[in-house]
Amino acid sequence: MGDTEVTMKSKKTVFVTVGTTRFDALVKAVDTREVKEELSRRGYTEILIQMGRGSYIPSKSDGGDDSIAVDYFTFSSSIADYLRAASLVISHAGSGSIFETLRLGKPLIVVVNEDLMDNHQSELAEELADRKHLYYARPNTLQHIIADMKVESLIPYHPGDATPVAKLINRFLGFSED
Amino acid sequence: MACNFTITVVIISVMLILFRLLYVFYQSGKPLKTRGSAGLASPLSTLIILGSGGHTAEMLNLLSVLQKDRFSPRFYVAAATDNMSLQKAQLLEETEDKMETSRSQFMQIYRSREVGQSYITSVLTTLIAMVHALWLMLRIRPQVILCNGPGTCVPLCVIAFLFKVVGIRWSSVFYVESIARVQRLSLSGLLLHKLRIADQFFVQWPQLQKKYPRAHYVGCLM
Repeated sequence: MGDTEVTMKSKKTVFVTVGTTRFDALVKAVDTREVKEELSRRGYTEILIQMGRGSYIPSKSDGGDDSIAVDYFTFSSSIADYLRAASLVISHAGSGSIFETLRLGKPLIVVVNEDLMDNHQSELAEELADRKHLYYARPNTLQHIIADMKVESLIPYHPGDATPVAKLINRFLGFSED
Repeated sequence: MACNFTITVVIISVMLILFRLLYVFYQSGKPLKTRGSAGLASPLSTLIILGSGGHTAEMLNLLSVLQKDRFSPRFYVAAATDNMSLQKAQLLEETEDKMETSRSQFMQIYRSREVGQSYITSVLTTLIAMVHALWLMLRIRPQVILCNGPGTCVPLCVIAFLFKVVGIRWSSVFYVESIARVQRLSLSGLLLHKLRIADQFFVQWPQLQKKYPRAHYVGCLM
């Protein structure tokens, strides 16, 4: 019993999510020896990858011999439980997973997909990185970002709300504003 | 003589259409007159266009703070390829008053453009989407349209504008640019803003409001 408790406590999971499409470059980057070693060095014990429709299959590992454990799945109807259980989240730049992660107060590295035709996604990640809410990386800089990150220095994100929009809409339509 | 007559008719028709267009442009973006005191104002039929993924999440955040009795009945439209959005909207509706929500309807529409689709094939798919959108809009004829991109909303909003010009229905179009747009508007946003199809245009970052002064800066929805 005592033993399992100790191992439970020391378990630190990195959750990697690519969202509803595919992002092989990210899965590949996470699966490199350099990134896995860096994560292990930073105290993480396990990597769980949501790989979506990607064709690159990461190498599974149960994490013997001090190496980091790696597991993966394609999709889940809700990633909320995985985010909650994670100590670090490495995500694609979709606003859905970015804000879901920030709301849970989890340290987040957003990796931008440079292969998308309309690459506006980097705007949001860059802005939130400028405001110190998350770290911003590309697949080939991921290792350095993990090595240099100071998770404690990230600023918690306070969720916004839609009441200003609702007020303006109500006013426009001639409804009272309360 | 007959030739002169035809020319005159054509010129008069063109003038009339131009005047009507000018009137619609002039009147768009102007608030509706106060419609009775609070509580007495009649509810407005509302078309809610769900854009998938993050777009849908933002829209549902907005809906959660809007008074449901003012925006009724509600028609939800999502892309045919998007299974999640209508489910999520249904979930939100089910938490509300049962009597009220029984009037809400959920529909699917062909998408004008998928993420990553080339601009050339987009022309054809947009055409198909337009025809389907026209059919939906004739059925719904909403008084209020709430949308926040991506492409799904463009055909519906363009038709809403044409309905204004023709006089079928005057709908107020509200567009909230996605939180993901920090520096530049999305293609849908740019179109609806530049063509003045959106009566009110909201942005979530101050940088965008500086570039597009007619937009309203409302802070982050997420």
